[in-house]
Amino acid sequence: MQERLQTLKEEALSQIEKASSMKEVQDIRVAYLGKKGPITEISKGMGKLSAEERPKMGQLVNEIRTAISDQLEAKVNGLEKAAVEERLKKETIDISLPGRPIKRGNHHPLTRVIEEIEDLFLGMGFSIAEGPEVETDYYNFEALNLPKDHPARDMQDSFYITEETLLRTHTSPMQARTMEKLNGEGPVKIIVPGKVYRRDTDDATHSHQFMQIEGLMVGENVRMSDLKGVLQSFAKKMFGDEREIRLRPSFFPFTEPSVEMDISCFICSGNGCSVCKGTGWIEILGGGMVHPNVLRMSGFDPEKVTGFAFGMGPERIAMLKYGIDDIRHFYTNDSRFIKQFNTL
Amino acid sequence: MLVSMNWLQQYVDLDSYSADELADLITKGGIEVETVEQLNKGISGVVIGHVLSCEQHPDADKLNICRVDIGEEEPVQIICGAANIAAGQYVAVAKVGAVLPGNFKIKKAKLRGEASHGMICSLQELGIESKLVHKEYADGIFVFSDDVTPGEDALHYLNLNDEILELGLTPNRADAMNMIGVAYEVGAVLNRSIELPSPELVRSEENAQDYVSVQIENEDDNPYYGATVIKNVTIASSPQWLINRLVSAGIRPINNVVDITNYVLLEYGQPLHAFDYDRFGSKEVVIRRAAEGEKIVTLDDTERTLSSDHLVITNGSKPVAVAGVMGGADSEVQQNTTTILLEAAYFDSKLVRKASKDLGLRSDSSARFEKGIDRNRVIGASERAAQLIQEIAGGTVLKGTAEQGDRTVEGKEVSIEVTRINQVLGTEISETEVAAIFERLQFSYQNFGGTFTVQVPPRRPDITISEDLIEEVGRLYGYDNVPATLPITESTPGQLSDYQKKRRRVRRALEGAGLYQTVTYSLTSPSKRVFFSNETTDAIRLAMPMSEERSELRTSLLPHLLEVAQYNKNRQLENLAFYETASVFLPEGELPKEQEHLAGVVSGLWQEHLWQKEKKPVDFFVVKGILEELAVEFGVEDRLTFARADEPKLHPGRTAAVHLDDELIGYIGQLHPEVEKELDLSETYVFEINLEALLKADVDHLKYKKLPRFPSVTRDVALVVNESLEAGQVKRVIEEAGGAKLVEINLFDVYQGEHLEEGKKSLAFSLRYYNPEQTLTEEEVKKAHDRVLTAVEEQFGAALRS
Ligand SMILES: [Zn+2]
Repeated sequence: MQERLQTLKEEALSQIEKASSMKEVQDIRVAYLGKKGPITEISKGMGKLSAEERPKMGQLVNEIRTAISDQLEAKVNGLEKAAVEERLKKETIDISLPGRPIKRGNHHPLTRVIEEIEDLFLGMGFSIAEGPEVETDYYNFEALNLPKDHPARDMQDSFYITEETLLRTHTSPMQARTMEKLNGEGPVKIIVPGKVYRRDTDDATHSHQFMQIEGLMVGENVRMSDLKGVLQSFAKKMFGDEREIRLRPSFFPFTEPSVEMDISCFICSGNGCSVCKGTGWIEILGGGMVHPNVLRMSGFDPEKVTGFAFGMGPERIAMLKYGIDDIRHFYTNDSRFIKQFNTL
Repeated sequence: MLVSMNWLQQYVDLDSYSADELADLITKGGIEVETVEQLNKGISGVVIGHVLSCEQHPDADKLNICRVDIGEEEPVQIICGAANIAAGQYVAVAKVGAVLPGNFKIKKAKLRGEASHGMICSLQELGIESKLVHKEYADGIFVFSDDVTPGEDALHYLNLNDEILELGLTPNRADAMNMIGVAYEVGAVLNRSIELPSPELVRSEENAQDYVSVQIENEDDNPYYGATVIKNVTIASSPQWLINRLVSAGIRPINNVVDITNYVLLEYGQPLHAFDYDRFGSKEVVIRRAAEGEKIVTLDDTERTLSSDHLVITNGSKPVAVAGVMGGADSEVQQNTTTILLEAAYFDSKLVRKASKDLGLRSDSSARFEKGIDRNRVIGASERAAQLIQEIAGGTVLKGTAEQGDRTVEGKEVSIEVTRINQVLGTEISETEVAAIFERLQFSYQNFGGTFTVQVPPRRPDITISEDLIEEVGRLYGYDNVPATLPITESTPGQLSDYQKKRRRVRRALEGAGLYQTVTYSLTSPSKRVFFSNETTDAIRLAMPMSEERSELRTSLLPHLLEVAQYNKNRQLENLAFYETASVFLPEGELPKEQEHLAGVVSGLWQEHLWQKEKKPVDFFVVKGILEELAVEFGVEDRLTFARADEPKLHPGRTAAVHLDDELIGYIGQLHPEVEKELDLSETYVFEINLEALLKADVDHLKYKKLPRFPSVTRDVALVVNESLEAGQVKRVIEEAGGAKLVEINLFDVYQGEHLEEGKKSLAFSLRYYNPEQTLTEEEVKKAHDRVLTAVEEQFGAALRS
């Protein structure tokens, strides 16, 4: 009987081994472990055995049952897994095919630069003031210490609408407009981005319309060294941590002293190249300490407060930063140009 | 201002500084050196030659065979084609092996069979601009007028080893528009002393006052006028040194007397004018305003019409010069002039500016008067010119000056405390350092306990207030030495205004939807100023536009946005999606009302995925969807409505007016096919709205709505209605009839065609019912739904589609 059981077991295991479908596995289960199967038969015939042999044989029968059913289980798992693998194989796709594009536009490069600068100054506690593009002669010139007939008005040949109104030549009029509202009570910390206009013929480096960002800080104890500090953090954030700045004396009617700010050339790191015209320095912006006449006219007492102001051109900054060669690109809006500004 | 290093060296010791080093120091000191130019543009091997003989070439009419002594053992033979070549001349010879500008190498040559060992040069061939070449040599070779030695370096004689600094002067630094002013500045920057000319004159016994009188009608217009008389003058070419100076400063040499006035203009910054005394027309100089319509023929042989805004020099009866701008042709110095009336005056800068602007005449003289000259240098300049005329043109200077007005003025006093300087600059400059800086500037001062009272010399009219002195100290102390600090004033929170935040959201929303931002011009042509029929007819027009194309301020953004579309389409970029936010300008009071608009243009394919063969062209609902999305973004989705509208430039069947509450805020639609054709665009959809109205709309703060706790019930219904009926109307009726429990209506199908009666269409809606209090009963849903069905039947005769 023992031998018969061993033979059955080997037969069963070998059949399971060979089975290749669920159906076969099921048939084997019925054939060997079913109610009419040989093992059940043997179990039934165990009554004939002696009391001594019966438990021994019973254990053997159970062992063989377990062995067969474990093997059946394993086979089922194996077959199921193979079936899944087969299906997944059929579902394979060509992952090299192009993905579905996500439709997305982007900022104009000038907006990109302006928002970057805005965020930088917001972080330093400045707020953003905006003003009219058509201005009075008073705010555009006179309140900025440029009385009528001032020779420096030639520096900014302008588009007049009437004798007293014109397209603003800079965003500086917001200096006076903002200060006037405060009745001499500081501090003032603003930047003023916006469109400005000058009588220039459009070419690769000139545009009759362009952007400007003016900055103004007025309060007790505002020093030129603060202007230098603020501009230094601006330059480093905008053009890289390795940038050095230098201030050069200059002239603007609305600041005294006046300066121009250069940054160390980021193309050649100061060794001299065509961008910096061999000097190692690139002119970025103008500024200075607010002229006492400007403070006085806007209701601030120059004996009590001081201030600094600066003005920069986003076009110039964008042109330098991205290596753009023609200012007209900003206003032509070729989509191949604008679409380039969609990445970090 | 062009500054010759060789000339400057006359006043300041520049030893040990190269032109580039000096340029850098001057720039850091506050006057920007824009360029440093080498006059020697790579020239070598050019020497002085003596033309020993000169004969015509046997085989060429226009060529001469010259034997030239170039300081070598034997003279060389050179073939020369210049018409003005002659034996006996001293000329510039480029020897064999010489290099001329543009890396032009001189080699041995044969010209019509005759050997040529070098080239006799014109000034242009040596790199001098044609406009600076004296007329005499303009079309030929240059001939030295002085005693020179063959074989010596010709460049030295022509000052071609000089270097020129070009100063970019800001309007406040007119004091550096002359060599003496530059010498003061460079002296201060280098901390070196300077040496200025001190003219010494031998005057004759005759009195100038016997020859001429001066009368100024109004000393406000002309605070000082002086006339010097110089007799026995011989007009001729200037000596080479004088020519070299003028050429280095960019002025063309003419004759000795004119060249001297120009030289002194450059040296002192004082414009002078030399009249031919014998052709002056009288013995009196009267300075007055011109009469309205009075005429003068100026030196450039142009008749000018004057007005009472212009100051003129007259001979008592008629104008002989426009003060400070240009002399008259009648009294011009000519070849046969022997007696000179030399004017040295101080005119009001505004009058000179006005005349120069009105007459369109800008001269070296007017440029200086306009910006203000040094009043105290008028006499010195006049004497310097008289001395040079005496030396060079052999003149006899008469005793005295016919004059009116004060010769000099007092300098202004300005005070500044050292503590204030440091407070403004954020520095710690000592009293001693401040004193040293004023000394470098040659400003005299008194110092009482740290308060400096400075006597500002009249050559620096830009210094009038204490801040100007802070700048002087700061710039010479060096801004490199100013520390970089952070402001110590009270801190302020930096943040965007609500409007600015919303504007940024608009940009992100539109770009998220696939539109690219553009920036276009505000100025436009009258025809592109407007787009919609309701726009104002009053244009805001520039007083003096540069062109008609940029003459008016726009009241609509679309025309320029369509230009952008057209530009891209012309470059085979077919799928377009652009937007712009910008102000339009509406007439109102003194200043226009500036209203921020948002406009967009889309054309071509909206969605495209090539290999999956997906191509979705743009249609009306793309632009409508964009606006609806914006409305959601800004919390006004229930208040933004669209109504069918007619606009001449838009498609009559595909246009809607956009309303926010009851206010018309813009339009959306397809471009009228005729406009599309005109612009060569394919089917194109546009929108433009008043962005301010949208962003300034009062909305409730965002508030959380409870999540549904009970199931909702959805019923679909397909209604057959007349094809002209708008789905929106049906939706509104359903909404009203459905009551509070009808919470969502979605149109999911629009069908027309087979199985439907002609002229009818089917609209299928999905209606969702919900009760926030408890689970809906079948009864409740039925009641509400029946109301809907009754309402649409009554209002539109809508039948349920089976
Ligand atoms: Zn560089």
